[in-house]
Amino acid sequence: MAIQKVQNNKAWFMVMPVLILVAISAIIPLMTVVNYSVQDTFGGNEFFWVGTEWFQEILASERFHNALLRTLLFSGLILAIEIPLGILIALAMPKRGWGVSVCLVLMALPLLIPWNVVGTIWQVFGRVDIGLLGHSLASLGIDYNYTQNNLDAWLTLILMDVWHWTSLVVLLCYSGLVSIPEVYYQAARIDGASRWAVFRFIQLPKIKRVLLIAVLLRFMDSFMIYTEPFVVTGGGPGNITTFLSIDLVQMAVGQFDLGPAAAMSLIYFLIILLVCWVFYTVMTSYDNDEQSNGGGAQ
Amino acid sequence: MLELRNITRHEGAEIFLDDVSLTMQRGDLNILLGPTLSGKTSLMRIMAGLDKPNSGELLFDGVSVLGTAVQKRNVAMVYQQFINYPALSVFENIASPLRVARVEQRQIDKQVAEVAELLQLTEMLDRTPDTLSGGQQQRVALARALIKKADLVLLDEPLANLDYKLREELRAELPALFAAMGAVLVYATTEPTEALVLGGNTVCLHQGRVEQFGPTLDLYRTPASLRSAKIFSDPPLNSVKVECVAGQLALAGSQQKLEIELEQVPDGNYTLAVRPHHLSREPETAEDIEVQGNVSVTELTGSETFVHFSMADNPWVALLHDVEDFAVASSVKFYLKPQNLFLFDSDDALVEWQPAIKS
Repeated sequence: MAIQKVQNNKAWFMVMPVLILVAISAIIPLMTVVNYSVQDTFGGNEFFWVGTEWFQEILASERFHNALLRTLLFSGLILAIEIPLGILIALAMPKRGWGVSVCLVLMALPLLIPWNVVGTIWQVFGRVDIGLLGHSLASLGIDYNYTQNNLDAWLTLILMDVWHWTSLVVLLCYSGLVSIPEVYYQAARIDGASRWAVFRFIQLPKIKRVLLIAVLLRFMDSFMIYTEPFVVTGGGPGNITTFLSIDLVQMAVGQFDLGPAAAMSLIYFLIILLVCWVFYTVMTSYDNDEQSNGGGAQ
Repeated sequence: MLELRNITRHEGAEIFLDDVSLTMQRGDLNILLGPTLSGKTSLMRIMAGLDKPNSGELLFDGVSVLGTAVQKRNVAMVYQQFINYPALSVFENIASPLRVARVEQRQIDKQVAEVAELLQLTEMLDRTPDTLSGGQQQRVALARALIKKADLVLLDEPLANLDYKLREELRAELPALFAAMGAVLVYATTEPTEALVLGGNTVCLHQGRVEQFGPTLDLYRTPASLRSAKIFSDPPLNSVKVECVAGQLALAGSQQKLEIELEQVPDGNYTLAVRPHHLSREPETAEDIEVQGNVSVTELTGSETFVHFSMADNPWVALLHDVEDFAVASSVKFYLKPQNLFLFDSDDALVEWQPAIKS
């Protein structure tokens, strides 16, 4: 005798609110972008199918290449500076006593400031006529002007990002460092291990996981950076600080080239997705390695 | 030979070690026995050179080593936690003390192979410590201590985090492994049973003071003080305050007499103590002393029974070598042999006594 399986379709109603929310917040906007990216319009709500033309145009355009290279260079520099600097500061922070809370609060402060405020702070800070940094440098006889000099514009943006985000790396590393039991350091001292050996063979392996997360977060944030450079340099001088995000907004809002802009944002999105996937794979395979080899008892 | 002379260590008002003097010989196993916070780890840290005492002297083979840096003391230490270099292979972990000492590669290969063989780690040399079981991780830590050929080996509760089976196994191997080295071996533990199984000498520690130091079995059989007896007893020592009047013992504050007469014991207040396994259900000889109490709880294990009862308002426990359930609040009688009874005076020092010969 076959048992009648009761289908209870009420379950669909239960997940409906989530489905509606996700549809409105993610799927529908994304599909609109996809829609724009394969069509052309001459206004008046008339659309023509153009296939992959916009994608080909974007991928072949020098403007996109340059913006992508600038963004990659920016992210690379940010990682190269913030990760080692963050580790160094975390190592130097006190591990107990009243200094801990003072340091933690100081470190958390830049993270609490809204991005456009950070941009405004540095925009004013670097101004040659009234800014503390710009004016001080000028009175020292150093020719500094981030609105005219390419190198100065980059230096200002990198310095600003380091000021704003190194704390995040510090806090993540610090959390990893304080979780190392004191006996490890004792054992290393008894072994006669050098300061470098302690870092290389005890501290670094122990903070490896949080460091991976720090690298991932810092890469994604710096790769998508928009607000601060928009406020400080607006992509200039010329378009020397026009990163992908700024370029995209110029194309979509400034020139109203919706088709190419949609194609570009999809490419941009896919690049970020790809990098995330690579990181995720690296991180999970690292975890799996540990488990598949018999699983640590601790 | 390691000599500690009047070692004292305190931080502010908190006293960690109070006038500790000990002498330990090479090739001997010395056990530091005491509950947590009794000063075992503080003492080890000073022996290793991780901390400096506030006063006192530390001599190794007759030479003061207080001024010598930890790195130059040739000390090896194994901890309760399994401490290894997480990113290095088992081979490199074991080899690390030799690398620091700049031993040549051929020697390293040979010695690591020997030690790994001894500790059954040969098959795991290429793996990293976190892929090993707890027991194997601790073996790696022990191998590191062993290969260093240190003059002083400190084992700080090395087996506490291992499961029961492994603990038994390693406990049996450990003394033999280290005895051959000719090092001064110090082993900290909270468990009296562990000290007894390991043998050697035992230091009874209580609140940073040495209560007693001597061969482990002597300490167990003739504890010099009530504290020493309490530290060295598991399950806890049973004790009761008694008064002695003309050789006759009576429970303090009551007229209840114990059927024993003592010779050469002056009148006064004493503490009578007996180990739980010395209490039995039936008298074996006519001299056996009877104690009475009310059962509070009975714990049954597979082959033993722990009977907790109140003996004149003192919590007592009897360890019986068979399984027997007692009703709560029922009255029980136990018997103990006079020779198993300890008597401590009002300063808690052991009192020598003789049973009076009954006419």
